[in-house]
Amino acid sequence: MGRKLLLEHINVPGIETFDVYRSKGGYDAVAKALKMSTDDIVEEVKKSGLRGRGGAGFPTGMKWSFLAKPEGKARYLVCNADESEPGTFKDRYLMTYIPHLLIEGMIIGSYALGANVSYIYVRGEMMPQIRILEKAIAEAKAKGFLGKNILGSGYDLELYVQPGGGAYICGEETALIESLEGKRGNPRIKPPFPAIAGLWGCPTVVNNVESIAAIVPIIRDGGDEYAKIGIGRSTGTKLISASGNINKPGIYEIELGVSVEDFIYSDEYCGGIPNGKRLKAVVAGGSSVPILPANLILKTVNNQPRLMSYESLSDGGFATGTMMGSGGFIAFDEDQCIVRNTWNFTRFYHHESCGQCSPCREGTGWMEKVLHRLEYGHGKLSDMDLLVDVSKKIEGNTICPLGDAAAWPVASAIRHFRDEFEWHVTNGAEATSRNYGLAHYADPLPVLEPAPAAG
Amino acid sequence: MKVTIDGISIEVPEGTTILNAARQIGGDIVPPAMCYYSKLEGSGGKCRTCLVKVSKGSEKDPRPMPKLIASCRTGVMDGMEVQNITSPEVIEARKGIVEMLLINHPLDCPVCDQAGECHLQDLGYEHGLAKTRYEFDRRTFHKIDIGDKIQLHMTRCILCYRCVFTADQITDHRIHGILNRGDHSEISTYIKAAVDNDFSGNVIDVCPVGALTDKTFRFKNRVWFTKPVDAHRDCDHEKCNGKVTLWYKGEDVIRVTARKDVYGEVEEFICNTCRFDKKKTADWVIEGPRQISNHSVISSNHYETLHPLPVVKTNPLLVEANKEQFERTTRL
Repeated sequence: MGRKLLLEHINVPGIETFDVYRSKGGYDAVAKALKMSTDDIVEEVKKSGLRGRGGAGFPTGMKWSFLAKPEGKARYLVCNADESEPGTFKDRYLMTYIPHLLIEGMIIGSYALGANVSYIYVRGEMMPQIRILEKAIAEAKAKGFLGKNILGSGYDLELYVQPGGGAYICGEETALIESLEGKRGNPRIKPPFPAIAGLWGCPTVVNNVESIAAIVPIIRDGGDEYAKIGIGRSTGTKLISASGNINKPGIYEIELGVSVEDFIYSDEYCGGIPNGKRLKAVVAGGSSVPILPANLILKTVNNQPRLMSYESLSDGGFATGTMMGSGGFIAFDEDQCIVRNTWNFTRFYHHESCGQCSPCREGTGWMEKVLHRLEYGHGKLSDMDLLVDVSKKIEGNTICPLGDAAAWPVASAIRHFRDEFEWHVTNGAEATSRNYGLAHYADPLPVLEPAPAAG
Repeated sequence: MKVTIDGISIEVPEGTTILNAARQIGGDIVPPAMCYYSKLEGSGGKCRTCLVKVSKGSEKDPRPMPKLIASCRTGVMDGMEVQNITSPEVIEARKGIVEMLLINHPLDCPVCDQAGECHLQDLGYEHGLAKTRYEFDRRTFHKIDIGDKIQLHMTRCILCYRCVFTADQITDHRIHGILNRGDHSEISTYIKAAVDNDFSGNVIDVCPVGALTDKTFRFKNRVWFTKPVDAHRDCDHEKCNGKVTLWYKGEDVIRVTARKDVYGEVEEFICNTCRFDKKKTADWVIEGPRQISNHSVISSNHYETLHPLPVVKTNPLLVEANKEQFERTTRL
């Protein structure tokens, strides 16, 4: 069993209430942190090697140390709980079942950054979670962990929950800040970065829910202790939202460095593919990362086993690798259609594009229409090249990473599953009634391989 | 600060953007800009046509930038080296952007009122493919009137946000904005309210395409048949100083606009009285013909010296036949 840091007490009844959470050692880290200097906390987070859990994987401690500290200006910590990536649902789980962990992390983070007002920006659809958080904040406030003079340390903190309007784009940090200010959620043009001029022109740090929650074990046990878990530069534990064709979908807290094969097939985690089917493809980190066929997700091109870590998943670059992303692990078995799945993802990005910059606004819609045509058997063989070309024109030419996120799944699906796309064109009528099947994409591992000859 | 754009160096003050530095050099190396407007704060960065490659970050940090960047919103650094038309990567990306801008834009320039002074049309000629690769229905909207003088045809809009910034910064109160998101977002007034204030007409001038047009001028004439003349009047509006361009057709003033520079940006914003209500020569003090770039279609047909073919000048019969044209040239 791997160590659990965030979900250690998740099965304790009543852990969502203050009293039970406190009895399990909750808020001890706050008491400890308030006795430390702010620089020491940042140093501790740096030592832990914690990388942003929202998708980009930028080291959290480094992000904190970039925060400008001009005199006479407020500073803000904003928690990004606008989780809306298809395939990712870890933050919602965390907020629903153990909200005090997030609040504890917010108190420590705000103290370390010198913020006296902090926000949790929650996606509009998550109304129950907003109520849970508000109740938890009220409890924490009643016990003196929020508000004026926390635990007699002289530090004041007000924590607010802000419901968003339900836009994926507001998960981009500058769009989130715009939305929080009450404006249309359009990403800002950078520079200036939020660390210099963010919320209301003040220095701001935006962190994912899981990153903030991970601050609690880091402060409680120390950064060095946290860094012992994991592998290489991927330290600590990570919540993985596993979904798709697996026996046990759900949230798993893994120690980074577990092998992908273990994660899919072992009973501790996903428990294999149901109904005796075989694995065809995996989206390893939420819909915006490149999709990989089973043979590449289980082993890298160098024939090393692929691990669940930032480095190992991106081994091979975009040609044969993918990304950790936000940990939305989607498995596809042999019955799934990659063309349909790619179309579905693109439909999502088309719908969620903010419409500010032209390549993403027009390109996502274009790709969706071409993929729709392919899926329903009216495509042309030239469509694949067209899609690759359009995705290249979007990638890197947009204001925010949504353009890249829309382009990568399409480019990678065509890169790895081109013959399935071609089959949709050449066998148009058949493609509407059955799927392409496994072809040569199946994972090379299961027992179907003949036993090695003796000697 | 010294910046080199396509091999041409220039000294510019700190805080200048790459685009403005390129405009100080002038000529072909200036990146096109569909959404950036130097007089509107916060504009730019959206259309992505001004993307350039930074091949050397600065003297201190000579690493090139990993991605193409929007020159309209990126400040220069000392010793920066920028590639615009010398970089095939930039040209390729710009081609892609123009294609993207055109996929939902109707290709009916012959019936569009903006033809001849449309930036997207120029850009399309310069970078566009001869044939579209887009084979689906285009996004369309009904034309709506926002106020009694301005018509909005959202189908032609490229969502540059210039008119939104204009309403924010030039007029007292903005009542139109972007509704919805993605490629179904549209410029609109909320619940069809009318745009009505003294400076609302400026949104027509800032619109790079034919989405916002002047209802008092719509379809009166093609712009290249009119003659632009600089004029001014003593305007009593405190924010307007009455410097305009009058567009003549024969004896009549058929349109009044603000004066636009080579990049299509107005020199000074004008009030609605000057724009819509003063359409008699008697209202104005004429200054002289408006200088329009030789490359613009507007400057064809007039104010140009006749350059007859050599054969016309040598053959007495042809000289006689073209007598009237020669006389007109000398008169002008």
